Amino acid sequence: MDSIMDIRNLNLWYGDHKVLHDISVSLPKNQITALIGPSGCGKSTFLKTLNRMNDLVEGVKITGDVLYNGEDIYDPKLDVTWLRKHIGMVFQKPNPFPMSIYDNIAYGPRVHGITSKVKLDAIVEKSLKDAAIWTEVKDRLNKPALGLSGGQQQRICIARALAVEPDILLMDESTSALDPISTSKIEELALELKKKYTVIMVTHNMQQAVRISDYCAFFLLGDLIEFNKTEDMFSMPKDKRTEDYITGRSG
Amino acid sequence: MIEGKVNGKGAMALDASAMGHSASLSRRTLWNYGATALIWGSAILTCLLLAFLMGYIFYRGIPYLSVDLLTSQSSYVRQTVGILPNLLNTLYIIIVAMVIVLPLGIGAAVYLTEYAANKKLVSMIEFATEALTGIPSIIFGLAGMVLFIEMFGIKQGILAGGLTLVMMILPVIIRTTQESLKTVPAAYREGSLAMGSSKWHMIRTVVLPNAVDGIVTGCILSVGRIVGESAALLFTVGFGLIINDFFTALESSSATLTVALYVYASERGETGVAFAIAVILMSLTLLLNIAANLSAKKLKKS
Repeated sequence: MDSIMDIRNLNLWYGDHKVLHDISVSLPKNQITALIGPSGCGKSTFLKTLNRMNDLVEGVKITGDVLYNGEDIYDPKLDVTWLRKHIGMVFQKPNPFPMSIYDNIAYGPRVHGITSKVKLDAIVEKSLKDAAIWTEVKDRLNKPALGLSGGQQQRICIARALAVEPDILLMDESTSALDPISTSKIEELALELKKKYTVIMVTHNMQQAVRISDYCAFFLLGDLIEFNKTEDMFSMPKDKRTEDYITGRSG
Repeated sequence: MIEGKVNGKGAMALDASAMGHSASLSRRTLWNYGATALIWGSAILTCLLLAFLMGYIFYRGIPYLSVDLLTSQSSYVRQTVGILPNLLNTLYIIIVAMVIVLPLGIGAAVYLTEYAANKKLVSMIEFATEALTGIPSIIFGLAGMVLFIEMFGIKQGILAGGLTLVMMILPVIIRTTQESLKTVPAAYREGSLAMGSSKWHMIRTVVLPNAVDGIVTGCILSVGRIVGESAALLFTVGFGLIINDFFTALESSSATLTVALYVYASERGETGVAFAIAVILMSLTLLLNIAANLSAKKLKKS
């Protein structure tokens, strides 16, 4: 297993409240890793440490190492813009900007200095195709993205994240606000994406974790209880607490 | 014994309500009618007052309104009365005040809502801006005169007046801008930052465009205040009634419409002209308020 992110002894506090306890794990490259666990277990917080979105939270304190391709992402000299170009994120609720579909997708490339119309056109088309929404929107690229359905908006957000050609895509319960059909479209998409990208997703949905993830990390009250291949974890969990959770006895 | 007491009380209460039933009902209906009548009365009185005020001003002012009045200046030699200089001066002072107040106010609001980390300081500044909006405008006039004319040595005119108005309007612009910045959803900011935007890029591309409705509304309301402001300008713009170009007017005595109204009504005794100016001022402020409402609605939709 080739790892793309290595987390060592990660501890995180919000003020005095300790949210993550000594997490150590290596996340595999070009695989889908699912982070599961009951609400408040720290899985979303963990996800947000991976692209430093936790920096925005007031009073956050982090110790330990988070290495991306061997590079410490909490090094003060590290450029957060560079980091977030390589580690993209899709949120729980679709959050396209109130601008045209085209401008949404071109947003990231523009942040990173691409201004040529020809280049942008190509990027927009490629990203929308990668996010499996090109055929649905190709005739209305100049229409506002907020006019699309929730499922389409979420794929626009995925396309927006893909437009800067990240290595890793973080998905924070990205299907929980969507209907079943949109959800299955996004799941199919994730399976397609892992050929080129590494996907790390938070999910509340056990079936979803089983359906699409290769690896699974089970969090409970800020501890990483178990990390294993998904099929192994779901067929023979090593820890009693994991078993209780995935069989629905706890959580 | 306890039981007896309760019974006794209950019986008394029953008795009282039975006896007082018809009397209290009619009293209640009476109160009801009375209150309704009072409320209606005050509503009608308010409308009548407004209608009377507007009607009277229009009645007195409209006969004096003419193309001549609007396109000429007053001259004792040529025996003409015109308010073109004052219309221009009002326009000049709007330009001066808005050009200065907009970058200042929007900048301050962006700093306070997006950057300032010291929450205590922010709430102190917010309290101060709140308090500033409640100060009588004549005090701004006095302060403006002392500060700009006596201390900085700017001559009476549009610049000194405009700067005085800037002091007065700044809190309004800051407040309205802050309010609209706060309505921009956090999801947009997160989405932008997650793409690797710097903070300023995020503000410029996602936050400000989505706050523009509130900012525009604040601007229009501020222009309305400028048009209608008189006390803050009495000491600072001067009473000049002749036409100047923009740059000359900056530092020469130039009465705006409101100041001219004062001059014509109290010093020259030309009440007709004063009422004509009043008609213009009222129409302008009405138009600006309608524009503010419309722009808020329109921008919100798109």
